[in-house]
Amino acid sequence: MTDFINTSASRSLENAVQDHFIPAEAPWSGIVRKGQTIRIEDSYGQQAIDTLFYRADDFAERYSNQDTMRTQGGAYIGTGTKIISNEGNVMLVMIADSCGRHDTSAGACSCESNTVRFGHGTKYLHACRDNFVLEVSRHGMSKRDIVPNINFFMNVPIKPNGEMTIVDGISAPGDYVELVAEMDVLCVISNCPQINNPCNGFDPTPIRVLIWDGED
Amino acid sequence: MMHVRRSPEEIAANRQRYEEHQKKGLEFAPKTLPAPSPLPAPAIEAAAIIHQETIPGGWYWSTALKRGEALRIDQGEGASTVALVAWNATDTSERLNLVDTVKVQWTTSLGKGRVIFSDMGRVMFSLIEDSSGAHDCLMGGSTEASNATKYPGAKLRNTRDNLVLAAGKLGLTRRDIPAILNLFAPVRVDDDGGFHWRGKLSNSGDYAELRAEMDMIVGFSNCPHPLDPDPVYAPKPVIVTRFRAGAPAVDDLARTATAEALRGFENNASMLA
Repeated sequence: MTDFINTSASRSLENAVQDHFIPAEAPWSGIVRKGQTIRIEDSYGQQAIDTLFYRADDFAERYSNQDTMRTQGGAYIGTGTKIISNEGNVMLVMIADSCGRHDTSAGACSCESNTVRFGHGTKYLHACRDNFVLEVSRHGMSKRDIVPNINFFMNVPIKPNGEMTIVDGISAPGDYVELVAEMDVLCVISNCPQINNPCNGFDPTPIRVLIWDGED
Repeated sequence: MMHVRRSPEEIAANRQRYEEHQKKGLEFAPKTLPAPSPLPAPAIEAAAIIHQETIPGGWYWSTALKRGEALRIDQGEGASTVALVAWNATDTSERLNLVDTVKVQWTTSLGKGRVIFSDMGRVMFSLIEDSSGAHDCLMGGSTEASNATKYPGAKLRNTRDNLVLAAGKLGLTRRDIPAILNLFAPVRVDDDGGFHWRGKLSNSGDYAELRAEMDMIVGFSNCPHPLDPDPVYAPKPVIVTRFRAGAPAVDDLARTATAEALRGFENNASMLA
């Protein structure tokens, strides 16, 4: 764990309206209101944080990785990226990023895909899609609603020949992203439990989520 | 916040296992996968054909597809991108999953010998023939907004609305539309992640054949890809032929090309047992 890093005079630990510690491997969800800023902090470094967003008053509108990538003309997420829904609307905008590399083309681990990637012996391991199913079930949704997500702090370079692999994350303890909501959204996180690839240094760790009201 | 970290020995053992998988994944498949299928496409035996559909430019279509049947998607004389989605016919919550498809196979490039996965670790399609090797798993299809930017002033059909229509007529909703596979879309990613059209101006005559490895419902949209450099909206008709592909041989390429495909087909077999 590291100390709180200030990115704006208007955002301090004292004036955060929500402050959540999410244990290693655990899911979380919460509402981010229009104008609020959410900080997702990789408290120990090298931890992939799988994240989905749903429009708070209509869950059928949700994060779309393809619309997000297409709209910005590139595969990676960074400062300035508009988080786009399946209806083409801006859900959030990333306003700060101390890491510089986040993925949205490799999706979330699952018990089922783990068997294909790493062998059938990995079927009964805790996985992000299980986290997502549990967490969205609390909001009346099911597996049907789980779409390709953002992997904050996950390093998945894609080469011009198409080759892609998950390589060591470059995030340091305390690295963060901050996103300001352009609509009320439900944020659903799986603090990735994967131990079969380097997305979290083979050692999942806790993270922190902070939310601030808008500056007005 | 209490957190006990794993031991260095445990981390080292996990890393070693991953690096072995990565080496096999990256080195094995490119050596064994064949060159693109030659043109022109050979005729399909008439007795094997179940249905043939010509999807006009700008339109959508859907079809049922049984395990062991295949679809030939043929550009005809044109150069069109064909967007495709698919659902398991008996449980539509199982569907095309491109993020698993690219992650599991260590590549965003699909071609002959590759497979396309569902979200349940099972193989939906095998790419048994493919003359172009230029398909896009990343960017998705056109929308009303992308058309408005690219073709100002005209109201034109787009892939998003086409697939909402296709899903709606199948009893599904916009909640059910997965990320979209674009066939015949030569998208390249540069070192900074930027997308580029690879510059192949005409795909005329190109074709791909997808063999179904489970019973499915498949939806299509025939609209220009958002990166297609042609400033004129003029999608050409594409011909989709549904035919009986016959039982795959023991050494079938798509089933045996990679360790990942083998394990995916083992998952399919346990569903069928």
